[in-house]
Amino acid sequence: MRNFLTLTQTRAQLALRNKMFFFFSFVMPLGFFFLWLGVFAKGNPAACAFYLGPVLAFNVMGSFWGLSATLVMFREQGILRRFHVAPVTAADMLASSVVANFALTLPTVIIELVLAAAVFHVNTIANLPGIFILIAAGTISFGSLGLVIASVTNTMQETQVLNQLLWLPLIFLSGATIPLAYLNPTVQRVGLFLPATYLVNAMQQTIVYSASPLSRYVEIGSLVAWAALTFFLSVQLFRWEPEARIPRKAKLLVAATAIPFLLLGIIENRSDRVLREAKDAFSLLSQPRPASSMGSRPGTAPNQR
Amino acid sequence: MGNPVLQVENLVKRYGDVEAVRGVSFSVEEGEVFGLLGPNGAGKTSTVEILEGLRDPDSGTLSVCGLNPQTQSQELKHEIGAALQSTSLPDKIRVMEALRLFASFYKRRRNPQELLKRFGLEEKRNTFYNQLSGGQKQRLAIAMALVNDPKVLFFDEPTAGLDPQVRREIYDIIEELRRDKKTILITTHYIEEAERLCDRVAIVDHGKVIALGTPRELKSRSANTTRIEVRLSKPVLDGELKALEGVVDARELSGSYVLHSQRPPKTIVDLVKRLEAESNELVSLEIASPSLEDVFIELTGRRLRD
Repeated sequence: MRNFLTLTQTRAQLALRNKMFFFFSFVMPLGFFFLWLGVFAKGNPAACAFYLGPVLAFNVMGSFWGLSATLVMFREQGILRRFHVAPVTAADMLASSVVANFALTLPTVIIELVLAAAVFHVNTIANLPGIFILIAAGTISFGSLGLVIASVTNTMQETQVLNQLLWLPLIFLSGATIPLAYLNPTVQRVGLFLPATYLVNAMQQTIVYSASPLSRYVEIGSLVAWAALTFFLSVQLFRWEPEARIPRKAKLLVAATAIPFLLLGIIENRSDRVLREAKDAFSLLSQPRPASSMGSRPGTAPNQR
Repeated sequence: MGNPVLQVENLVKRYGDVEAVRGVSFSVEEGEVFGLLGPNGAGKTSTVEILEGLRDPDSGTLSVCGLNPQTQSQELKHEIGAALQSTSLPDKIRVMEALRLFASFYKRRRNPQELLKRFGLEEKRNTFYNQLSGGQKQRLAIAMALVNDPKVLFFDEPTAGLDPQVRREIYDIIEELRRDKKTILITTHYIEEAERLCDRVAIVDHGKVIALGTPRELKSRSANTTRIEVRLSKPVLDGELKALEGVVDARELSGSYVLHSQRPPKTIVDLVKRLEAESNELVSLEIASPSLEDVFIELTGRRLRD
């Protein structure tokens, strides 16, 4: 436990000294925040509340990219080898990466929530527990996905290719950038197999309709189960040495990370719950109400207090 | 000598079809500085990394501080310190932070401040790792290896790639550790390093120990001869050189001819006469007492750095 804590502290410290990290974790998310809420939502509080969920989810999803790239860089540069000689376990190394990443994501999320309230009149105070549970489940699960990617790729180049292949469907088919309800019906069905869709939907329902964490048990539960599975796999597949190559059979294990959302996707495709919720939220966007009529009760428009 | 702290018997390690370590056996006593001397690719690093618990052997019996590196690697890591051949730290970690971080992993710890002072890194305590010179990085690596006050130290090619002055600094540090009676296993391909630092040396080639003993014992194989290395303007046959007066062995190595002679003055006079007769010229001539390199040449027919 002590190793995990000191490593977490060091990882956070090192990240804060990295200009690239500062750009991708603070500057870029805030850029997206203002682009979506200021430009696309045109400052309309109802539209801002609708877009705030995807913007926060977008922040969280980026975890996998940063974690996979850092871990592969540490392995390629022989940094992990040095830790391997010390009594540090793979679980210490990986858990510290995920937790440090979560801790470093929080300030950006808090700044965005404060700005959303101060500038765009989207007050989320009542929904904070739900938002933070989703942020935690999201950063940990997407961070763990990054660790699995780092474990199955041998070079930084391979890592970046795989990151791109995963990133594009995650952001374009989940509602994180283009509203799910706006997508082609077939694409919407495909989106139901992606973890990002559940994160975006739960975040949107929490912010727009003040949905309680309990009512979002499917999304939260599936993200937590996925986080546990991906983290377990990343520990099993972890390599300290740059020259260590992963057996092809082990790469098949990675397919296991798709199982939870494959099953959930089948169920949700039958029930259409997520699609209905996404369409309801989207319809509020196309029928904006006067700011004075907005409330926080489920089924109504976004909060404004 | 005391008890063996480190024992290796018939160690074998394969990477696919390549057998990197082929039945290596040796033991290291408490307080001894033991060297694995050999060219690149001889199997030294594989042997050391197996002993550190970083790699699993294919077969063989091992014991380090009474622990099995394969099955008790976590316990073992508390007892050993290592400066690895190709290792690094994050660019933006400060020297003191690195020492404190690594110290925090161990049950038994030394004061990082003391280590900074001992290794002349006090002024660099707040310097980022990527701003250190090669020598400073290596001193930090050794300081980090000592952070848990280990019973056994492993130094894998501790001076590879360093300039001669920094190399001497590292030698001084290792000699100081030797005076402190630390048990040390060093791998090197530098003759000078092995001769200067090691109590005993195992010469390793193609994954096998081909000779083992104190540097003096090993050199005594060539004790009655003097090493004469010459460069000539035209090539000659080894056989011709072997026929020179006093010569017991002659080999062509990377464009030079290395002769071992029991009567050096006579050999040189005879050589000059023959060269004159053949219109050949002596480009350079070096005379030295035999070194571990000569032992290696005698055993393998190659230079260490070939």
